[in-house]
Amino acid sequence: MGIRERLSGNEAASIAMKQINPDVVAAFPITPSTEIPQYFSTFVNNGSVDTEFVAVESEHSAMSACIGAEAAGARAMTATSANGLSYMWEMIYIASSMRLPIVMSLVNRAVSGPLNIHNDHSDAMGVRDAGWIMLFSENNQEAYDNLIMAHRIAEHKDVLLPLMVCQDGFITSHSIENIELVEDDKVKNFVGKYCPEHYLLNDKEPISMGPLDVQSYLFEHKRQQAEAMINSKKVILEVAKDFEKMTGRKYSFFEEYKLDDAEIAIVCMNSTAGTTKYVVDALRKQGVKAGLLKVRVFRPFPASDIAKALSCVKAVAILDKADSLNAAGGALFTDVTSAMHINNVNIPAVNYIYGIGGRDTKADDIESVYHDLEEIAKTGNITNPYRYMGLRG
Amino acid sequence: MDNLIEIRWHGRGGQGAKTASLLLADAAFNTGKYIQGFPEYGPERMGAPLTAYNRISTAPITIHSNIYEPDYVVVVDDTLLEAVDVTAGLKKTGGIVINTTKSAEYLHQVLKGYEGNIYTIDAKKVSMETLGNYFPNTPMLAAIVKVSGVMTDDELLSDMENSFKHKFAKKPEVIEGNMKALKVALKEVHAV
Repeated sequence: MGIRERLSGNEAASIAMKQINPDVVAAFPITPSTEIPQYFSTFVNNGSVDTEFVAVESEHSAMSACIGAEAAGARAMTATSANGLSYMWEMIYIASSMRLPIVMSLVNRAVSGPLNIHNDHSDAMGVRDAGWIMLFSENNQEAYDNLIMAHRIAEHKDVLLPLMVCQDGFITSHSIENIELVEDDKVKNFVGKYCPEHYLLNDKEPISMGPLDVQSYLFEHKRQQAEAMINSKKVILEVAKDFEKMTGRKYSFFEEYKLDDAEIAIVCMNSTAGTTKYVVDALRKQGVKAGLLKVRVFRPFPASDIAKALSCVKAVAILDKADSLNAAGGALFTDVTSAMHINNVNIPAVNYIYGIGGRDTKADDIESVYHDLEEIAKTGNITNPYRYMGLRG
Repeated sequence: MDNLIEIRWHGRGGQGAKTASLLLADAAFNTGKYIQGFPEYGPERMGAPLTAYNRISTAPITIHSNIYEPDYVVVVDDTLLEAVDVTAGLKKTGGIVINTTKSAEYLHQVLKGYEGNIYTIDAKKVSMETLGNYFPNTPMLAAIVKVSGVMTDDELLSDMENSFKHKFAKKPEVIEGNMKALKVALKEVHAV
């Protein structure tokens, strides 16, 4: 039945890591993810895990240590935020191209500058093309659940890609909320033992990893990474099905909240989806047919599924918590609208950049977007699709 | 979520307002509720104004914004009354609980005609008498429970005894004083 608890998002992530009991955790502290390695190091210290904890001197080294451990045949995890992820940048690509199923907790925060420790998604958006599977989490429960599912997806023989679980810095990482934990033994059985097929410390099969890849090979290796990302879609759904059997909690590529009969819809990720649900409920009471599509799996991008789910609405707003600064719109907007176009879903779509640097996202802000959508649905007019929500005039 | 109660805390860095909001979340959780407890993080330093929040409900809580129209406000330090708009958005049906010894006239004046209930408690006196030092958060926790009725006095006391045993496992000598602070504060909070 699960264990009723109350935990912050960071506590939830560290408990998931404790239950997973990976072989290696390498991390360097950075706000707002600092508590994850901090709590985890106490589990190492009190013997509740037998993980080798590597207290590195930088995030570049944290990812390098995870790469070394994973290549050697160990299961490795880390956690970081914002500039910590920026500092890992070089190794992020090395991890995915070496096909190492490292799992990371990314507690989303604005990338400097100017310096800001608060939440937006600019860190995650910066690595969206790096070949990592990216799962987003509305609350502490989803941050926990996504981590429990992570290794099964990443380590699957048809996938072998690193995976990051995102949650909103401070908004969920530092908020105490109810959560239902899974029992230790069930998590252990669910995650299973890590048995890599090829690894450096296998003396029966001497191999080399990550050497020079010249013109005659790199293209094919990149194609294999792309193939793995395509394969991961099936695996993500299979693992979700098993997870549902264990917990009763259902996961897919995205969550459709009152979208069935919706005339206007918002697409967003992480904690804003929770606030949007609150607004949808209020609008439904007033007879407004509002709905939500909450993206959980951002990489791989479930393009055709999203297009299909949105095909019956009259207008859609895509909310981006990071500005792509490209004079055209945020990353989620670009992906969703391109998915719609390719799949012949021709409905008015508009983009709102919001919540940058921890600007609070109020229910009123979300409601105003739905009111804009009502107008757009009526007239079909969009004079400017690249808009801002919650920006001071 | 008609049964949702929203509480906003105003304190100064180092007074334990954040801890008090987390303790309230904890206590309400233990009575079977859905809870949120979160501070608003800014540049933190001793003495700087800070805000913390609680949502308490019988149904799951999905909203993840700060609280703009609270049912209750707790003011842990009365020097904030002239520095921060503590009644901003505060519902008339709710109330404000202030740690103060100031007069009713003064409070009505600084609260700019707030029409809801105003409660005061001398948390400094309670704290000095029961803990021998100035820790206003424990008395303020009892005061907001009393005023908001999110749980009964008995639920609070039995739950906090367990929480303190856990929280102060390494200094059990302070548990008795904190329990006494709660009990005294439950009686010492008065409507203005």
